[in-house]
Amino acid sequence: MKYIIKNGSVVFPGGVKKCDVLVEDGKIAEVGENISCDCEVLDAEGLHVFPGLIDMHVHLREPGFEGKEDIESGSKAAVAGGFTQICCMPNTNPVNDNAVVTTYIKYRSEQVNLCKVHPIGSITKGEKGEELAEIGKMASAGAVAISDDGRSVMDSKIMRLAMEYANGFNIKCLCHCEDENLVDGGVVNEGLNSTITGLKGSIRAAEDIMIAREICLSESLGIPVHICHVSTYSGVELIRSAKARGVKVTAESCPHYFWLTDDIITGFDTYTKVNPPIREERDRQAIIEGLKDGTLDCIVTDHAPHSKKDKQVEYSLAAFGISGIETSFSLSYTKLVKEGDMSLPELAEKMSAAPARILNLEGGEIKAGAPADITIADLAAKYVIDGEKFISKGKNTPFNGTEVYGKIAYTIVGGDVKYSAV
Amino acid sequence: MLNNKDLLGLYHTSAEEICEILDRAAEMKALLLAGRKAEKLLSGTALITLFYENSTRTRTSFELAGKYLGASEVNVSASSSSVQKGETLIDTGKTLDAMKIDFIAIRHPLAGAPKLLAENVHASVINAGDGMNEHPTQALLDMFSMREKFGRISGLKVAILGDIKHSRVAKSNLFGLKKLGAEVYMYAPETLMPKEIEKLGAHVCRSMEEAIEGAHCVMGLRIQLERQKGGLFPSLSEYSRFYGVKDGMLALADKDAIIMHPGPVNRGIELTPSLIDGDNSVICEQVTNGLSVRMAILTLLKEYREKNL
Repeated sequence: MKYIIKNGSVVFPGGVKKCDVLVEDGKIAEVGENISCDCEVLDAEGLHVFPGLIDMHVHLREPGFEGKEDIESGSKAAVAGGFTQICCMPNTNPVNDNAVVTTYIKYRSEQVNLCKVHPIGSITKGEKGEELAEIGKMASAGAVAISDDGRSVMDSKIMRLAMEYANGFNIKCLCHCEDENLVDGGVVNEGLNSTITGLKGSIRAAEDIMIAREICLSESLGIPVHICHVSTYSGVELIRSAKARGVKVTAESCPHYFWLTDDIITGFDTYTKVNPPIREERDRQAIIEGLKDGTLDCIVTDHAPHSKKDKQVEYSLAAFGISGIETSFSLSYTKLVKEGDMSLPELAEKMSAAPARILNLEGGEIKAGAPADITIADLAAKYVIDGEKFISKGKNTPFNGTEVYGKIAYTIVGGDVKYSAV
Repeated sequence: MLNNKDLLGLYHTSAEEICEILDRAAEMKALLLAGRKAEKLLSGTALITLFYENSTRTRTSFELAGKYLGASEVNVSASSSSVQKGETLIDTGKTLDAMKIDFIAIRHPLAGAPKLLAENVHASVINAGDGMNEHPTQALLDMFSMREKFGRISGLKVAILGDIKHSRVAKSNLFGLKKLGAEVYMYAPETLMPKEIEKLGAHVCRSMEEAIEGAHCVMGLRIQLERQKGGLFPSLSEYSRFYGVKDGMLALADKDAIIMHPGPVNRGIELTPSLIDGDNSVICEQVTNGLSVRMAILTLLKEYREKNL
């Protein structure tokens, strides 16, 4: 199959240029001006052509929690959000701590055949933090990284061994950073708003101490490590100084951390409950600064869909998490590019090239020979977010009513159009 | 006239509404003191007390407030285990609502639970204490007691001492007292002082003396023994030594100062027995005032419902 994407503004690492993209046999065959081809045309006039977006931190909930999401609904939501590749966290039931579950996820996602789904195996058996999971077997079955996401491996010795062992299979630990003892049941950021509401707070140090520990281990061992969903200004600073002295640390943050402050918790809306918690204005600004100066390498969603019954309860009992995969591109484009001063190539770096590099995935750039994973967006189109219209089973967004720019027009995976807005 | 169907906390209640409740409570207290306990102000209405935590005085106070004014009154006890499993709060609320009740007084261990209930029922919800959030009727009765003694709230210095962090009473008092122009001084071990409470207008003190000096009201707070097990202070004896109010300290306060405590009091821990039982103590008067305040709130909410619902 052969077709040409014509008249789009293509986002390259070095700039944006009006170009045509020739797609053939699932790959990008040629990129250039006025390519002539006697084949089908996808008219991208007025649209921007990005390298296929990659979300390296999502929860697909299958197996075990299909009431919240499954591989099919999550993949449909992903392509609607412009994502061509996603990496799913292992906190399913059973936990993805062995090659059988890894293989199942790969198999199901190939049946669903929408975006590319890369499983992330757990670090420890059952995510209990006690014994290493069968990391080698999971890597052989297609796991692209390991993580006990949702919690930290509290025992530093186990974490050290996990980093060393996984390094032998060329995969990284993706670290959820929270000292459980310090969190101590906290559900929101500790500060003025936890005092106003009487909701139990979680101090920044709970996150920062674990970020610092992972940096220390990485530095001592000389092994790369990746920090998940950074939410604190102080965590950004720890990573910045580590990078400055050459530690092989990478890090991610999410749209809710650079859009929101914990002022939104005072109405007890459980859709604002997420882990780590939404923090304060100085943190929000530090996340944006960290994304701009490269301290934070990439934007992920931490897409955490939940059913209504998991959220329509007392705040302290509600599940943690935000359904974010359908709003990530619009939120990131609106806040960082349209309202901020990030360029489109920088946005593409954060949402495509960087995650590809961190996890050694194909893709991340529009160039001849690359897989035809392409996201085409209408940046002028604006809309108001309404979680009830999400394709994901999880309608849990704190962004209801927020006006954003940048609608996904087409999501192309391996040359096939998997989502089209029209 | 109140501005809402529910009374969930003083953070969102205006000074005018607070004054209206206090004024009405004075009328109710006059009824009580006249021995009139068979009034018809709430006849034709039904009150449910829905308590997910143990309580003697608050629950009894709500019950009698309803009964003295002619409301039908039913208690629903929910053991704390049913919070974790079984019926959701929303479903419980809808079930009670379907019984055509008018008021639910709810006590719940989790902050925000009364708001969740209020959003899902037609009945008026009164917060009888939710986790570490608010306990508005207690603060209103405290303010009523202060106003009764001093004739005003504005300009009073109120010292609140002890476990501020876990005290919904301290927080509701802070919100209400600031709105009516009082100054609130707080003293607690730093482990039991909520973060950034000074941004809400509290003076966070470095010593007991600083808090009590010139105070018109000295309020002790109950310390729960499980806080010690949680590592928040080393022992009850140490807590009492550094954070309990001693007899001699009253000399620092205003000469007419009153001693208050939301109860139940740990004698000799938060306050000495001679302070609890002394001439300055209004702890028993607070209970009568609590009844008056709850009668006032129920009648005002009834009027709101008649006009708006």
